[in-house]
Amino acid sequence: MADLLHVSDATFEEEIIKADMPAMVDFWAEWCGPCKMVGPAVESLAKEYEGKVKIAKMDVDENRETPAKFGIRSIPTLILFKEGKVAHTIIGAVPKGDIEQELKKLL
Amino acid sequence: MEDLIIIGGGPAGLTAGLYAARSRLKTLLLEKLSPGGQVLLTDRVENYPGFPEGISGFELVERMKRQAESFGLTIQNQDVNQIRLSPSIKEVTTDKGRLETRSLILTTGATPRKLSIDGEERLTGKGVSYCATCDGPFYRDQEVAVIGGGDTAIEEAIFLTKFASKVYLVHRRNELRATRLLQERAFSQKKIEFVWDTIPNRIVGEAGVEEIELKHVKSGELTRLRVNGVFVFVGYDPNSELLKGQLELDGQGFVVTNNDLETSVPGVFAAGDIRSKLLRQISTAVGEGATAAFAAERYLENVT
Repeated sequence: MADLLHVSDATFEEEIIKADMPAMVDFWAEWCGPCKMVGPAVESLAKEYEGKVKIAKMDVDENRETPAKFGIRSIPTLILFKEGKVAHTIIGAVPKGDIEQELKKLL
Repeated sequence: MEDLIIIGGGPAGLTAGLYAARSRLKTLLLEKLSPGGQVLLTDRVENYPGFPEGISGFELVERMKRQAESFGLTIQNQDVNQIRLSPSIKEVTTDKGRLETRSLILTTGATPRKLSIDGEERLTGKGVSYCATCDGPFYRDQEVAVIGGGDTAIEEAIFLTKFASKVYLVHRRNELRATRLLQERAFSQKKIEFVWDTIPNRIVGEAGVEEIELKHVKSGELTRLRVNGVFVFVGYDPNSELLKGQLELDGQGFVVTNNDLETSVPGVFAAGDIRSKLLRQISTAVGEGATAAFAAERYLENVT
């Protein structure tokens, strides 16, 4: 979990909405088991798509505003952004292949 | 060709892997998400022997994984999409390609059962949930419904009282199936209100869950509850879709095995929740994982 970019309510707009490339945000929390299931896949994809897709994590315990803004009521939730708009949402833990399929569509 | 492939990295698979590694079998464990299985969904495990103070689900499986890997078990993150079984060779196909093995242990576990009612699928992730530890915190000071009457429903309902202002426990009979101790705890929880002899009929809401329509099983009367969340804990379905028509399954799709965990195909074994059995727990999964690995080893010695 060390290398991945962490975004907060304060930095979300700048880092994700105004990013100069497509982005994906992994909404997670410490107490969430399935988030840990999806964690390794997200980290691995972050390395593989470095420079092509900005992949970040947001802790929903520390940041309440952004999840509420996107109507998130369940985690893990992955939201993919293109040009500052929501392109796709994945709710629940899914295999890496499924996430990668959606990432490719952003490029 | 592997000696043994284990499909599924929950407690059953990890234990089978541990024993297989120690027996120096050429083993590969395939897990599509991350090792741990359903145990990762639970906040605290109190009934696994050896932990008088309880242990978090995540930590318990973390330890199991580390232990198995320390003896040389190889765990690969692969999603199996096809299995072809024959007495001589077992073929396992994943998104990365085809693998062949002389013996196979199925530890694919189970998935939470759905209600199959109107509104459930549409509102999944928007108020309908199958995991209280994941989604509970989104319902701070709100009212939620929990559907079910077994251990999971009760444990999760109690967990939800940490956040929700009120938890309606909706059960189709007039008594719970859960362990006595859990029942005692639930009855002493002021935030839990029991709704007996009732089944959920429909889940209502536009952008998210707003109401749940309930039906009394005896009178047929329909009522509505205003809730923001509906948590479903009505049992588990086996993850056996890939096995249909290839080995013996019981009426509900669970894999039939004998005392030595042998399935109807020689060289194929099953352990854990995927099996047709009396009790589905971490403790039984672990015992079966060890037995299956031992049985696989014996099988390999006899065929070579």
